[in-house]
Amino acid sequence: MRDKTVTITIDGKQVEAKAGQKIIEAADDAGIYIPRLCHHKDLPPRGHCRLCVVKVDGRPRSSCTIPVEEGMTIENDTEELNAHRRTVLEMMFVEGNHFCPSCETSGNCELQAEGYRLGMVVPKLPYIETHREVDATHPDIFINRDLCILCGRCVRASALQDGKTVFAFEGRGIEKVITVNAEHGLGETLMDVADAAAHVCPTGCLRTKRVGYSVPVGERKYDHNPIGSEIEQAASH
Amino acid sequence: MTTATQNGTRKIVINPVTRVEGHGKVTIQMDEDNHVTQARLHIIEFRGFERFVQGHFYWEVPVLVQRLCGICPVSHHLAASKACDMIVGADSLSPTAEKIRRLMHYGQTFQSHALHFYHLSSPDLLFGFDAPVAQRNVIGVIQAYPEVAKKAVLMRKFGQEVIKATAGKKIHGTGSIPGGVNKHLSQEDRDRLAAEVDTMLEWGVEGLKLCKDVTLASAEKLLPFGTFESNFLSIVREDGCLDLYDGNLRAKDADGKIIFDQVKPEDYLDVIREGVRNWSYMKFPFIHDRGQEKGWYRVGPLARINNCDFIDTPIAEEERQEFMALGKGRPIHATMAYHWARLIELVHSAEKMRELLADPDVLRGELTTTGERRDRGVAIIEAPRGTLIHDYEVDDNDQIRRGNLIVSTTHNNEAMNQAVRVVADQYLEGQAEISEGMLNSIEVGIRAYDPCLSCATHALGQMRLLVQLIGPDGTILDERTRG
Ligand code: SF4
Ligand code: SF4
Ligand code: FES
Repeated sequence: MRDKTVTITIDGKQVEAKAGQKIIEAADDAGIYIPRLCHHKDLPPRGHCRLCVVKVDGRPRSSCTIPVEEGMTIENDTEELNAHRRTVLEMMFVEGNHFCPSCETSGNCELQAEGYRLGMVVPKLPYIETHREVDATHPDIFINRDLCILCGRCVRASALQDGKTVFAFEGRGIEKVITVNAEHGLGETLMDVADAAAHVCPTGCLRTKRVGYSVPVGERKYDHNPIGSEIEQAASH
Repeated sequence: MTTATQNGTRKIVINPVTRVEGHGKVTIQMDEDNHVTQARLHIIEFRGFERFVQGHFYWEVPVLVQRLCGICPVSHHLAASKACDMIVGADSLSPTAEKIRRLMHYGQTFQSHALHFYHLSSPDLLFGFDAPVAQRNVIGVIQAYPEVAKKAVLMRKFGQEVIKATAGKKIHGTGSIPGGVNKHLSQEDRDRLAAEVDTMLEWGVEGLKLCKDVTLASAEKLLPFGTFESNFLSIVREDGCLDLYDGNLRAKDADGKIIFDQVKPEDYLDVIREGVRNWSYMKFPFIHDRGQEKGWYRVGPLARINNCDFIDTPIAEEERQEFMALGKGRPIHATMAYHWARLIELVHSAEKMRELLADPDVLRGELTTTGERRDRGVAIIEAPRGTLIHDYEVDDNDQIRRGNLIVSTTHNNEAMNQAVRVVADQYLEGQAEISEGMLNSIEVGIRAYDPCLSCATHALGQMRLLVQLIGPDGTILDERTRG
């Protein structure tokens, strides 16, 4: 349909992009990785997490929601933006209860992987030490809310891909939590372990039960290659 | 400085100078004639295990519990995994899983025993515990016996490499999972470790010989030191063989007569009760039908060697026989014999690792098994320091509802109190002042039990101590610090 292309510049490199594409997609096609958490290639963008913020002609914009335009000059991998991203990540860590060394999602977790990629060290911000309710009512899936970063991927996947609307957000600000459309938890919903929503969570929050630590250290998704390397490698030849 | 008091009793307090989690203090009560009337080791134990695990999913526990203790995380990892086996109904593991877990466990035992002997207790044995503190530490060992020290470091490293190869990491490993393990040993790791294991065994045998020679050379002094009689508890294999990884409970009395035998892990509460005393945070477990007064027991290397009928590896078995001959048909009760027994186990672990590293099952085969889901999982393992019990109840949502934990240091609680009392009797009797020798002796007595106290495992192998001589009215009569 839309075969029209536009030319943009990302970090000084000229990139051909399809008109109407979001900046993050154009960057992906060109093998340039922009860090992200709420964005998922199979889901419409929402711009929740702010990790993908780049500078478009000098102004900060979320690259997952802004379409490309002819002649845009984009800054992505700059010290200033990466410092901003580290702060965003830090906030996510301190607003939850993350202890990676004993977390079953360690090594497969996008939040942790972004932390490694962006060189986040121990957060300087104070920990909030949350103790949000775990929903273990479903026989095959659990929700560990202390690990939720409110990215909304599950909300979108359930509504748009599974047609079930199992998830929603509740509360505001620091009180905001992921919730399910049932009084007594996930077990009461139509959620099935085969649903798309069960497999999109970037952290250890919404996960399949009994998987635990079955993937050994050394064979986990990000044990050898940093997050984003699949995008960088795909376009490098 | 001796103050006569109303009931004529004075008290010596030994306190770690730097307070860190896991520290304890010693109080010694004396009457006005400087006779010891009572000795107590006060240990501040990690509490709140119940709350720590509650609400977590059972499959998280083998990794989670490694946060409990930086001293023997692998033992907790394996004990919790074994409890999870029961929960997932894996009543027998695949040969591969069982062998990889055992390899991990022997690696852990080997490195822990090596650390304890060479870094913590060999200074006491090699220099005598009257030797000045300046010499009686691991630096002293390095200077006087550089070869021994070098081997010790490499033995420890070997054990840690075995842990890494089987658990994935040296700490916070994930290798053992409910119903089995998550990976095989890689061919590369196998070959590398197999190439070194004979040397490890050889050095283990050398270490054992050193320990034995030193002990026998000053047997008159060493064997009565801090010695008392007790019951012994451990797990043994169904045929009575020493088994550090799996088995059923056996208890023997001071004469070596069986109190109970082949009690299944899930029935441990039928035979063991946990007593409390108002002056200590740490519990005092005892054999139920012997009562709290007479039912306390010792666990750990000495208990295991005393309790088993035989060892299924040739060198360790020969050594066991030689060791047991000392008791002339009765169990060995000497506190300092713990070191000797520990090294027999170190040799046994090396022999076991050699066996397992030559076994093709560790390279291939089924990793996990399952069966009918249960709502309780109990497991017992012989951790380097002694019997370790993990007990969990799980609800229908797979979350831990209740957890109970008994660690080896808790089992040995009364025994360490006894050791302090006996040492105090032997060394402090009639003394009006706190001497360096007193401090050392008490420290050496406690250390024989290899308690998992930060103060007892200080890097240089010295406990930092504060000793106070306190009168019955609470006044400090004398004070001495060290560390
Ligand atoms: S969810 Fe991710 S970031 Fe959070 S503790 Fe687990 S591994 Fe770490
Ligand atoms: S549960 Fe996971 S996918 Fe859903 S909002 Fe939270 S972090 Fe995102
Ligand atoms: S990825 Fe763009 S805002 Fe989250």
